[in-house]
This record gives sequence, structure tokens and C-alpha cells, in this order.
Amino acid sequence: MAGLPRGIAARDRVVPPTGFTVRLTVFAAAAMAFLAVFALALSMASDRLAERWSQALARSATVRISAPEGQVEAQTEAVLKVLAETPGVASFRRLSREDQAALLAPWLGPDLPLDALPLPELVELTEADPGYDSEGLRLRLAAEAPGAVLDDHARWRRPLVEAAARLQWLGLISVLLIGATLAAMVTLAAQAALAANGQVIRTLRLVGATDAFIARAFVRRFTVRAAWGALMGTGAGLLAVALMPRSSVEGGFLTGLGFTGAGWMVPLAVPALAAVAAFLATRLAAFRMLRRLT
Amino acid sequence: MIAFSDVSYSYGGDNLLSNVSLELPQGSFHFLTGPSGAGKTTFLRLCYADLIAASGRVDVFGQDVRGLSRDAIAHLRRRVGVVHQDCQFLDHLPLRENVALPITVAGGNPEEEARDLDELLEWVGLSGHRDALPPQLSGGERQRAALARAVVMAPDMVIADEPTGNLDWEMSLRLLRLLTELNRMGKTVLIATHDLNLIRAAKQQTQARVLRIRDRQVQPAGADL
Repeated sequence: MAGLPRGIAARDRVVPPTGFTVRLTVFAAAAMAFLAVFALALSMASDRLAERWSQALARSATVRISAPEGQVEAQTEAVLKVLAETPGVASFRRLSREDQAALLAPWLGPDLPLDALPLPELVELTEADPGYDSEGLRLRLAAEAPGAVLDDHARWRRPLVEAAARLQWLGLISVLLIGATLAAMVTLAAQAALAANGQVIRTLRLVGATDAFIARAFVRRFTVRAAWGALMGTGAGLLAVALMPRSSVEGGFLTGLGFTGAGWMVPLAVPALAAVAAFLATRLAAFRMLRRLT
Repeated sequence: MIAFSDVSYSYGGDNLLSNVSLELPQGSFHFLTGPSGAGKTTFLRLCYADLIAASGRVDVFGQDVRGLSRDAIAHLRRRVGVVHQDCQFLDHLPLRENVALPITVAGGNPEEEARDLDELLEWVGLSGHRDALPPQLSGGERQRAALARAVVMAPDMVIADEPTGNLDWEMSLRLLRLLTELNRMGKTVLIATHDLNLIRAAKQQTQARVLRIRDRQVQPAGADL
């Protein structure tokens, strides 16, 4: 067994060092792994975002009361009464003028003269589990407070969740494209190396080397180089993601781009997948080339 | 060992060999001679399945090479040691690893054969050059190294294509002695050469037969050789 590593080394050395193609492979694998880490971060952040939006919005609703002057207060009281009697409503709260000002401040500024604006009254409610019957609630509100409209956020929640889900798929497709690009680049590099070593291949064949032996010598080299490059790229990518600002409400989606908890382990699969892609690409290219070189 | 049955081979429209039939039995020693371009190298390449005959049948070790897969041809070549005209080394590997190349490609570990390798290098007089790269060797040293590589797997047959082409007379005789020694060990030896002096010297050492390529035919040479 002591001689085994040296035996493997001897088999590897039959192919001369191919500086340029090897450096190209290492660089391509590192760059692709770096990009793959970001694509994964995007995909996983989108997944979290879709989940968060879905959960946060699914449990809340708003009742908007727009009534002629003089009826607003009575209809608001009627709405509060209806909500108090409706099964499946966990809690509700009439928004104060200060709450409304806080909601409008990001768009209209902090010193808003709310009294001069014809703002509707808003009642925020939280759904219990099991929830309320929204159609039934709408009918009761229409009967008790004709100016009240129940908005359960479904209208704008769905496109948001769909967009986040699509963003997640885009991230995953990007990872696949990055893998395919790496495989293509490794194939080109392997073909260049095989073409440059025509005489070596001929000599190996004349002393009894099989196609599998010759292919293995090239495959090992490119697989190891791709794995090393991807390892470096993944390390750099993880560092870059870790250095991004922490998630915050003010930062929105961009500052939430990253990994959480066990999610940090997912990018560690990138070097292994890069090695597999390089292995398959080089093996395919080598056997195709060797069949041509009769 | 090797049997040609009605073998023809043409290249680029030129018919190099035509309806050749002959046998090279186990343990025989043959020279193949003829003018340059007559087809000596082609004949040798047919013997180790580097070329496949256009028509006719070549049997090597009892196998019709036409039906052999690429892997089977590779395995067949492990039983035939070839000394090429241009030696064909891997220039980036030291001499010792080049000589051990047939062991490496057969899946063996040259380190386990270290003692035999060192003895082999000593046998061909190259023990002092084991770490030299092929381009650092002289023509004669390369020829002897090629011979060492050809026999390192103890093949059943040794084929040499103009092995003394780059050697002086003294070195040629030394190489010839190595080949006759192999023949005494029971190996079949086939040497292509146009060096008639070498053939005459060999006939004094061994029961060598001489084949001559003439008019696309391979025939036993006359008494003049």
C-alpha cells in the first residue's frame, strides 16, 4: 500500500504539465463558484422573502371606511361592533391619526396636515386560526356600514409572492447555467490539452495504454483543478456575502441577501458539484477526442 | 506467433504490400530488409496492429486483429515490445519513468518493480542516466533506452524499426548483442534494417532469418544475405 500513492502519481505524470489550460480551468471554476454562491444567496433570500410576505400578509386585513361626513363615526362604530362579533377575528384596532400619519410619512413627509385631507378611517384586524369567513364578513359590513370595504390584501399579496417565487427560480436557473458554463469551459480546456498532447497520446497507445487510462490522466487533472478553483471561489463568495450589511427594514430586500442558519452549509456543495461537472465534461471530451485520434 | 494471410496494404493510392503471406514463429529471429520506402515500417506496424490491413488477415498471438476492439489492441501491444525509429519518449518524464511506462499504463506500480528497473537500466548501460530527460540523451542512449522500455514487461515479441540508424558500429553491435540475448531467452525478434553489415554480424551470433521486401512482396532473402 505504501507504493500506491506513488503509483497513482506516476499515472498522473504521463500527461505533461499544461500551464495555460490548467490556469484557465482554475480561474473559470473560481469565478463560476463565486457567481454560484451569489445566485444561491439570491434564490434562498427570495424563498425567505416569499415565505415572510405570505405569512405576514395572510393573517392581516384592513377595513376602510369612506362615508359621507357625519356618518363616518357611526359607520366606524358599526364596523367595530361587527368585528367584535365575528368568529375567526383574533384582534382588531382602529388606526389613530398618528398611525395614519406614520403610514403616510415615507411618501408625504412627517409634517402632514391630516385634518385637511379627506382620509378614510382604517381598522386593522388580525385573523385567528381558523380564520373568519371573508365573504360573510363582507356581506355583514355592507349591511351594517355601507361605506366599509374589507381588504384582505389578496389582490396585491399574490403578485408579490409570485414575484418572490419567480426570483427564487431565477436564482436556481442561474446556478444551473453557471454549472453548464463551467462544464463548457472545462470541455474547451480539456480539448485544447488533448489536442496539444497528440504525440503523448500516440506514445501511450504504442506502449499499450487503453483509452480509459489516457482519459483518466486528463480527467483527474481537470477535476482536481476545477475543485480547487471552485473551493477558492466559494470561499470568496461566502466572505463577500458575509460582509454584506445585515438585514433591516430600511434596507429592504437587498440587505436580506444572504444565508441564515443551516443555509450557510448549502454553498459548500458548490466545489463538489463543480468537480462533478468538470469530471463529466472532461471524460466526455476525452473519449470523444480519443475516438477521433485513431 | 504472427501470421500474414494474403495481406495487402496501400497508402495514398500506392500499393505498399500486396498479397503477403508468411509466418513468424515463436522464438524466431528475423531481419526485414529492403530499400527505403519499400514498406518495412508498414509491415512492422501491421504486426502490432498500429495499422489494419486493407485486405487479407493478420493474426497476432492467434487473434485476428481486424476483429479486435481498441482495448483488446491495447492489451495486445503490451505483449509486443517495440523500438521505434524515433524512439517516441515522453520528453517531460525522466528516463526511468519512460522505461517504466508500459508498467504504468498496464496499471502496475513502477516503484514495486524498482529493482528490476534498475537492473534493466544497467543491462542497457544507462544506470547513470536514470534521472535524465530524453532530450538530454544521445542517439545511442535513446535507442538503448527504447530497447529497455520495449522489454520491461517481458513481452513475447520484440520489434525494432531501424534500431541502429543513429548509432556508430560499436554501439550497433552492442544493441545487437542485447537483442540476440533476448532471443536466447525465447523472445521472438523482428528487426527492420537496411544495414547489411548488421545482418551479417547477427548471423554469426544467432540463427537469424532474413526477409526482403521487393515488388510489394515479403520473401526470404537469397544466399547473399
